[in-house]
Amino acid sequence: MSETAAYNAWLHRYAMLTAFCTFLLVIAGGLVTSTGSGLAVPDWPLSYGMFFPPMVGGILYEHGHRMIAGAVGIMTMLLAAWMWRSEPRRWARRLAAAAVLVVLAQAGLGGLTVIFLLPTAISVAHAGLAMGFFSITCALALVTSSSWIGSVERQPLEGSMALPRLAATATLAVYAQILLGAMVRHTGSGLACPDFPLCNGQVIPPIDSIGVALHLMHRLGAVAVACMVIWVYRRVLGSHATVPGLVVPATMALTLVAVQLLLGALTVWNALAVEPTTAHVGGGALLLITMLTLTLRAHRQYSVPAASASAEREALA
Amino acid sequence: MHKKAITASLAVFAAVAVAACGGGDTSTAGGGTPAPAAADAVDPASIADPATISGTINFVGDAPEGQVLQMAADPYCLTAHAGTEVVSQRVVVNDNGTLRYVFVYVKEGLDQTFTTPADTIELSQEGCMYAPHMIGLQTNQTLSVINNDEALHNINARPTEAGNNPFNFAQPIKGMTNDVSFASAEIIPVKCDVHPWMQAYIGVTNHPYFAVSSADGSFTINNLPAGDYVVAAWHETMDEQTQNVTVGANATAEISFDFGS
Repeated sequence: MSETAAYNAWLHRYAMLTAFCTFLLVIAGGLVTSTGSGLAVPDWPLSYGMFFPPMVGGILYEHGHRMIAGAVGIMTMLLAAWMWRSEPRRWARRLAAAAVLVVLAQAGLGGLTVIFLLPTAISVAHAGLAMGFFSITCALALVTSSSWIGSVERQPLEGSMALPRLAATATLAVYAQILLGAMVRHTGSGLACPDFPLCNGQVIPPIDSIGVALHLMHRLGAVAVACMVIWVYRRVLGSHATVPGLVVPATMALTLVAVQLLLGALTVWNALAVEPTTAHVGGGALLLITMLTLTLRAHRQYSVPAASASAEREALA
Repeated sequence: MHKKAITASLAVFAAVAVAACGGGDTSTAGGGTPAPAAADAVDPASIADPATISGTINFVGDAPEGQVLQMAADPYCLTAHAGTEVVSQRVVVNDNGTLRYVFVYVKEGLDQTFTTPADTIELSQEGCMYAPHMIGLQTNQTLSVINNDEALHNINARPTEAGNNPFNFAQPIKGMTNDVSFASAEIIPVKCDVHPWMQAYIGVTNHPYFAVSSADGSFTINNLPAGDYVVAAWHETMDEQTQNVTVGANATAEISFDFGS
């Protein structure tokens, strides 16, 4: 019989702080690429053979990113240790342990990007795992919250595309779109279509390079993600409007997807200037964890068809 | 189970860290394996009845306004220039209306291989600028990059030709040097990521017949065998130009190129 968790306000606040610092880390990482500082520090893990090099030029962004990453790594280890000692839900302890493994792997990937001079595949993997790690920290904040821990009467939902599955699909779509964005960035294809909303003056331009293909796929992906988010929003407000834990993220996701579309346009119109480009990276991260929050809460609130409902209730209590 | 996973992950992390520390040593890097000297490699000093191609690179039209470099990112760089403005070297039009830093080289017409010079070519970082902005050397010849600043620099070069390896060296201390060589002919951009305005170009040829246009726009290529050649002039912002040149024994061919805004 699984133990019931008791709400620990300080643990939850600390988990929230860790998630927030991870968001700052994502922005710091985005700034490294946006300012072209990825190779400003040629060695790793030391920087010019030092722990604290002069923070000049590109070193400010690259070493600054490493320092924030180190702090987040330590915060994650402390969070995992705290939860290992005090968290009765085994799956939650394991999630915290996974966060430690992922942040260490992410540090390793960061080192590999520098040592091997920013190979595209490793840079994209570093971006993708960053979003995965950010998602885990947000999930830890969510599952330690009082609204999650309080007992919930899970209701069954019918339908092949019931809200939990719909929201999960939309979240995966956002993640795929983020990976596409990372591929655009790390193949230098941000201006493969130098105009917006047309591409080279046409709705369907000649696709004469991988860069143009990736860029167009990212734009089409934006349309697909917007449609999915709108679909989720309409479903939540149509059928689940009494659940604020769902309405709030659904509304935020709708707003964020509109902001992201605008930031994408601004990125192109301003020839990949640092500010809109980095904000676009941050917006993608926020959209991902907003949809993730909605998805996790939907799974908490509703059960999939009857047979496994009681087993899930046991597992999630 | 989880302890094994954590141990394995930490082992991977440690291995990456060791590789990283090992990868920091950069005493000689950049080029591929130097090619063994061909038995019939020609020493240009031994060319009988050597010819010369010389000339001028003209700039046609109004000289563009030089972009003033913003060096505030590193206070050392500002003080190194004692308050005077430093202008970008991307397009340098000399006072006599000629163009500086054009890489002129023989592109076609040579069918010999040439000995690799033993002397080292030096690329310096001083006042947070590369000196010179455009430099030429032969394949497998040693290029020594030296930090003459009390500032950190990284030297980041991304050649694309097979045999030329990309590199990114850290030079935190004044006086540090890194030696590189390149196995293939290519014009390679070099930059510093700490100081984003720093940019230079390395022109690598597999023969000794190249020059960089000087502060009066002139260039001279000596010790050529007499013959028919295609000579190219390359500038970083404008399309490369070529000319056919025939030069006789002990003769000098005068050519000029016109680059415009």
